[in-house]
Amino acid sequence: MRKKLNGIIGILAAAALTAGALMGCGGNQAASGQAADVSRADQAEESRTDRSESMKLEGTITMAGSTSMEKLANAAAESFMEEYPSVMVTAEFTGSSAGIEAVLANTVDIGNSSRNLKDSEKEAGAVENIVAIDGIAVVVDSANTVTGLTRQQLIDIYTGKVKNWSEVGGEDSVIIVVGREAGSGTRGAFEELLEIEDGCKYANELDSTGAVMAKVASTPGAVGYVSLDVINDSVKALSLEGVEPTEENIKAGAYFLSRPFVMATAGAIEEQSEAVQAFFSWLSSERGQEVVKAVGLITVD
Amino acid sequence: MKRGSKGTKSSLTKEKKGAGESVAQLLFTLCASCTILAVVAITVYLVGNGTPALFEAGIKEILFGTQWKPTAAQPEFGIFYVILTSLVGTIMAVILGVPIGVLTGIFMAEAANRKVSAMVKPAIELLAGIPSVIYGLLGVMILNPLMYKLELAVFKDSATHQFTGGANLLSAVLVLAIMILPTVINMSETAIRAVDPKLKSASMALGASHMETIFYVVVPAAKSGIIAGVVLGIGRALGEAMAITLVSGSSVNLPLPFNSVRFLTTAIVSEMGYASDLHRKVLFTIGLILFVFIMLINLFLERVVKRRGME
Repeated sequence: MRKKLNGIIGILAAAALTAGALMGCGGNQAASGQAADVSRADQAEESRTDRSESMKLEGTITMAGSTSMEKLANAAAESFMEEYPSVMVTAEFTGSSAGIEAVLANTVDIGNSSRNLKDSEKEAGAVENIVAIDGIAVVVDSANTVTGLTRQQLIDIYTGKVKNWSEVGGEDSVIIVVGREAGSGTRGAFEELLEIEDGCKYANELDSTGAVMAKVASTPGAVGYVSLDVINDSVKALSLEGVEPTEENIKAGAYFLSRPFVMATAGAIEEQSEAVQAFFSWLSSERGQEVVKAVGLITVD
Repeated sequence: MKRGSKGTKSSLTKEKKGAGESVAQLLFTLCASCTILAVVAITVYLVGNGTPALFEAGIKEILFGTQWKPTAAQPEFGIFYVILTSLVGTIMAVILGVPIGVLTGIFMAEAANRKVSAMVKPAIELLAGIPSVIYGLLGVMILNPLMYKLELAVFKDSATHQFTGGANLLSAVLVLAIMILPTVINMSETAIRAVDPKLKSASMALGASHMETIFYVVVPAAKSGIIAGVVLGIGRALGEAMAITLVSGSSVNLPLPFNSVRFLTTAIVSEMGYASDLHRKVLFTIGLILFVFIMLINLFLERVVKRRGME
């Protein structure tokens, strides 16, 4: 076992070495192994000092709000608690408006909202902290000649008013309307942003992003919607109102099929408890941004 | 081995033998009660979780409502089309699959020579062993594109039909029909092989041809066994989820051949992931309804088997 392990380390070390150094394999191997050990120890020490600071912080953070933000809130809470073991983060998912109401009533620390705050809410003291942006792409099979749709065309397609691509500037080919199952966050956001909640006439209700991608890629005339981060070459993402679905356009606010994920606080972040402040600064740190990306969202600068 | 065990047995005193017997008895009882415990647990759990929604959303609204909008502001939980789809889909699959299955069973038991039988038998066994998701994948890759072409041809001038890209009831039925084949074939073959050869000889002696003997004597004699096979096939078709969730389109619609449809099983599978509150409870209710259907089928099967025993 040990011999094998040494062998593996040897191979790894050798791979890292330059060709010339290969001659004195044994000595170099040991040296590079030591170097690796040292740097690892450095890292460990560094994180330990990090830890000791984060270990000290105690408190609770309560969140309530958007069901669409469930993935983000849970992932962020889990990762945050890993680094701040003495801070307890709990999240409830009651809906955006209920979340903001709760934060204004001071029953929770953070109100999650998957829409911009209304003026009335801001006047009441809620502060809009946008932590991520959710973008949805409309995809068609790669042979489709249509390259873009307007908001109204998209609504007409999904409510069943338009049934042929020729009606929206494409070839004479039927439209296969593909969507997600009821309860899916992507479906909720898509229908909400187009204001066609429960008015969609789906020909296919698939239960995963992958299934939507596969169906659209393999069915001529199909149209579907998926989270922006999964787009690949198997399908074609349409521009909406002439705007390409890119991160830059979404951050600039030009692409309408996107929405901000807001973690609202009552008053500015600086006025919050230490734990809440730590949470926000962690969320904007590199590790926090990784979590945001890992749940398929766009980070904000 | 046999001799050795006999030797030890005879050397045992009566008392020891009694102890061994009771231990074995206990072991058997324990094993048997595990099964019963599982059935009881499932029943209790399903009834306990499936019934609250019936009262919260209304029995009539759930069973006979045609609108499935579980996440709307005014949610509706009508699963009438879903129940209908499961029934129609299963019946269609049986109509397609059973004649093929029963005739193959007869062929295997009566008509096939050894060489052919040696080829067909492993094929059937393989068919029974293929995981259902594979059937679904094949359906997606082969059946759906073909159905799409057929759909485009049939509804060329239709202004109202919603095109589904081949994901429809017909695709699901074809997949189900193939999936119930092994059950039906094996049960019919066994039933036919069990028919008393004297009956056959008597029929032949009376001047009936081989085929006449098969259809007028052997098959009627094996009737209850064949019916048992068909009922088991129905159970399999009704309970299948994985294969058809991939090919049926999964929208709640009236079960017409080219409509995208949702079965009882796929209704649970497709929405369990994100469902909450009443929506989730209704999914359990769907499970309960499926359970009741399967129970009815089993009761019917038991009667068929009992009748066979009496014959």
